Amino acid sequence: MQLVLEKRAERSAVIAIASPLIAVALTLVTVGILFAIMGKNPIAALIVYFIEPLTDSYSLQEIAVKATPLVMIGVGLSLCYIANIWNIGAEGQFIVGAVCGSWLAVRTNGTDAGAWVLPAMLLLGALGGALYALIPALCRVRFGASEILTSLMLVYVADLGMDYLVRGPWRDPKGLNFPTTAEFDPVATVPTFIEGGRMHAGSVLALIVVMLATVLLGRMIMGFEIRLVGAAPKAARFSGFNADRLVLFTFAVSGALAGLAGIIEVAGPVGHLQPNISPGYGFTAIIVAFLGRLNPVGILIAGLFLALTFIGGEEAQISMKIPLDLTKVFQGILLFYVLACDSLIIYRIRLIRTVRNPVHAHG
Amino acid sequence: MVDALIEIFRLIFSVSFILTVITASTPLLLASSGELVVERAGVLNLGIEGMMIMGAACGFAGAFMSGSTLVGALCGIVAGAALSAVFGFLTLGLAVNQVATGLALTILGVGLSGLIGAGFVGEQIVQAPRLHLPVLTDLPVIGRILFGEDAFVYFSIALIIAIWLFLYRTRAGLILRAVGDNHVSAHALGYPVLRIRMLAVLFGGACAGLGGAFLSLSYTPFFIPGMTAGRGWIALALVVFASWRPGRLVAGAYLFGAVSILGLALQPLQLGVPQQLMNSLPYLATVIVLVLISRTRGTAGSAAPASLGVVFVPDR
Repeated sequence: MQLVLEKRAERSAVIAIASPLIAVALTLVTVGILFAIMGKNPIAALIVYFIEPLTDSYSLQEIAVKATPLVMIGVGLSLCYIANIWNIGAEGQFIVGAVCGSWLAVRTNGTDAGAWVLPAMLLLGALGGALYALIPALCRVRFGASEILTSLMLVYVADLGMDYLVRGPWRDPKGLNFPTTAEFDPVATVPTFIEGGRMHAGSVLALIVVMLATVLLGRMIMGFEIRLVGAAPKAARFSGFNADRLVLFTFAVSGALAGLAGIIEVAGPVGHLQPNISPGYGFTAIIVAFLGRLNPVGILIAGLFLALTFIGGEEAQISMKIPLDLTKVFQGILLFYVLACDSLIIYRIRLIRTVRNPVHAHG
Repeated sequence: MVDALIEIFRLIFSVSFILTVITASTPLLLASSGELVVERAGVLNLGIEGMMIMGAACGFAGAFMSGSTLVGALCGIVAGAALSAVFGFLTLGLAVNQVATGLALTILGVGLSGLIGAGFVGEQIVQAPRLHLPVLTDLPVIGRILFGEDAFVYFSIALIIAIWLFLYRTRAGLILRAVGDNHVSAHALGYPVLRIRMLAVLFGGACAGLGGAFLSLSYTPFFIPGMTAGRGWIALALVVFASWRPGRLVAGAYLFGAVSILGLALQPLQLGVPQQLMNSLPYLATVIVLVLISRTRGTAGSAAPASLGVVFVPDR
């Protein structure tokens, strides 16, 4: 038997909508089997993972908190991926954004600085993320170096740089030697919706980002260029679109969004700068982008779903002693299924009997 | 200042430093050797980091339960090859984008290794045994360096020589390079492009798994989650650095091995440079080297296999 791909005459519209759902269903079955192997009741574990977080208000707020960075970063990355440009260093841009914004919070800490601090921090965060993302973009455009590897290497550099700052010059002198800055002042903190609640104004920004991206991709020349370069690079070149400019643009935008997500995370739910501010948002956002089929609204839904896996994973660790790493396994398997199902949109898969007949071989 | 420089030089040319360079370079060489063959066949597998860390976890688990380094190494090889089989099925069987699939492989590998390794964190095993030849190993300076390593080190050198012989001195190697340079022509000549690529991918996975197993069986010898620390990505950069040539790959792996432990080695000298800066050297060096290599080569005369990363669906 042999597996053969046949190109469909037209992209299958039904499968285009169904593919993320099929992928999620297949992932649930696979993870259920994994639970059984680990000696846990699969049904009970899946309920703890995916249903229980939806039943209390704290977890629901927490889902919005976790979905905010995932959606923001995911939307930015999708612009790159549509155009076949590979920014995989969003985790680093997230960290640099957090560091750049925190600089102002640390400088103004304890002073009577006014309400301008937070907007300025957000601006610095976005700017920092964009500039950091432009390093691999420039290396690609100017020298032809693969943006995949350079953007990823810079994640480690950003992580170590932040580590230095919070252990060295920015460490809170009253922090009992913990590697953390002082708690940010109220003017340097993203406000929450309810007093003492978790959900914060950053989620609104994420929704605005989704809307802006929808307009950009659907209604603007730049969005058309992004889609054209991805779908038909040769046609784009002949029609005079500048590929280099597109690399710089998509990297700058995705970096800015990752940086913005970083400073919102630090000035919001975390409240100070410390190591491990991200449970891998920059990498999970890659999955979010693909699960959302590189479409802003799809990414919003996918972001909420993957946020659920983070919360469900934490609950399963506490109540069922399931290791936290299972969340990563879940996310990795999900991405595999998403990619495999996407292949069905373009190809029809057929199993044929292997024929050892030279007539069938081409050429 | 001068004193510090003298100290640094004395350190770099000491036997102990050279020995650490060899240990730091071996996992890079093993993993990048496999990827070199994979890329020469026209496939870009970005999942080395995931396969390496799985090799480290499964290798340690195997060695811990059996008490044998050899069994551990085999477990690492099988784990890496198994993950790469998933990659091969998706990218070759279902024609899925190789970059995205490679990333998925890394995410999955990191998660799975944490799950498997969780029960072994804090455990210790006997470090992989070192060669000891009477007289030869006891020779001053070179004895320990040349005749006192463990099997992984000798194997990594033998492996890259074998790869060179295979690629440039055998017919099968010629076919593999043809598949990587022009899969349409190779297909037209009747070569089974996808089958050849699948074998290359499995080989690459096995090598990455072995490289990871070296980390937990010989380098440390224990397992901690995330212990590969980006070595898989550096191995990918090394293949570019080597212009897809085995000889240059050895030089590159040893150069990067040296850079990666420079920070640790210089720590006792108290140079006043932040440790984090020293630790980021290998990553910064990778970026700089990629820029320099790509610049001197230019886009036109690229040494990369022409079909690298391009999806191939045979028309029947």
